[in-house]
Amino acid sequence: MEDLATQIIFYVFAGLVVASAALVVLGPNLVHSAFALLATFFGVAVFYVLLGADFLAGAQVLIYVGGILILLLFGVMLTHRIYGADLRTETIQFWPGLAVSAAVLATLVGIIYSTPWRHMGFATFEGPTTASIGELFMDEYILPFEAASVLLLMALIGAAMIVRRRSDL
Amino acid sequence: MIPLEHYLVVSAILFSLGLLGVLTRKNAINVLMSIELIFNSANINLVAFSRFSSSDFSGQIFAVFVIVIAASEAAVALAIVLSLYRIMSNVNLDEATALKG
Repeated sequence: MEDLATQIIFYVFAGLVVASAALVVLGPNLVHSAFALLATFFGVAVFYVLLGADFLAGAQVLIYVGGILILLLFGVMLTHRIYGADLRTETIQFWPGLAVSAAVLATLVGIIYSTPWRHMGFATFEGPTTASIGELFMDEYILPFEAASVLLLMALIGAAMIVRRRSDL
Repeated sequence: MIPLEHYLVVSAILFSLGLLGVLTRKNAINVLMSIELIFNSANINLVAFSRFSSSDFSGQIFAVFVIVIAASEAAVALAIVLSLYRIMSNVNLDEATALKG
């Protein structure tokens, strides 16, 4: 019974993710694309919950929805006249691009179904994953963790450098 | 239990849609959104493999780093888009040809 509910949730949200991603890519209006991206990010967060990654689901909602999406919306609103008609976004080379990505999709699905995945069973985690992930960050992955923090600082400084006015030079 | 392949197929569809957006959209911000779709599809793969293959959290740690990279990428890329807008007063990528020989 619980299994059936899990399956229904997975397929409903898989449909939501694919449909909203298609709207992001194919929709004519940039603001509609940004809001469709919201649905995609939430759907991916639901996948993380189904996969037992509760910390990642929270981080996905906080960082993607609360940070990146807001940043993208700022970008949309700063680079377009909102009350004008130029929020339409156009495509170039649509049919060649569609052919390439359809070929990539067919290849990927073929590889996924022809690979004999070595199932080691469905790992069962007890309780929240946050403590284990935090311990791994402070223990085994301390160097990548510090490198990521330096990268974030560099991105902060670099973004501020790029957007400042040229007369400040 | 959802089989591993179904997660991978959803992720492959998401990747292809993102690739389509990167290849065909003119607007720089729409291309950025498509890149975020590709990041998310990679993340679904990492978390699914982590869940189905081992009992430690390496895949989830990798996914956290991907989210960090995505955040800094979005910040720097939007800075570039904004300064492009200041120069060209639009963000159509096919018109940004100043470096063309």
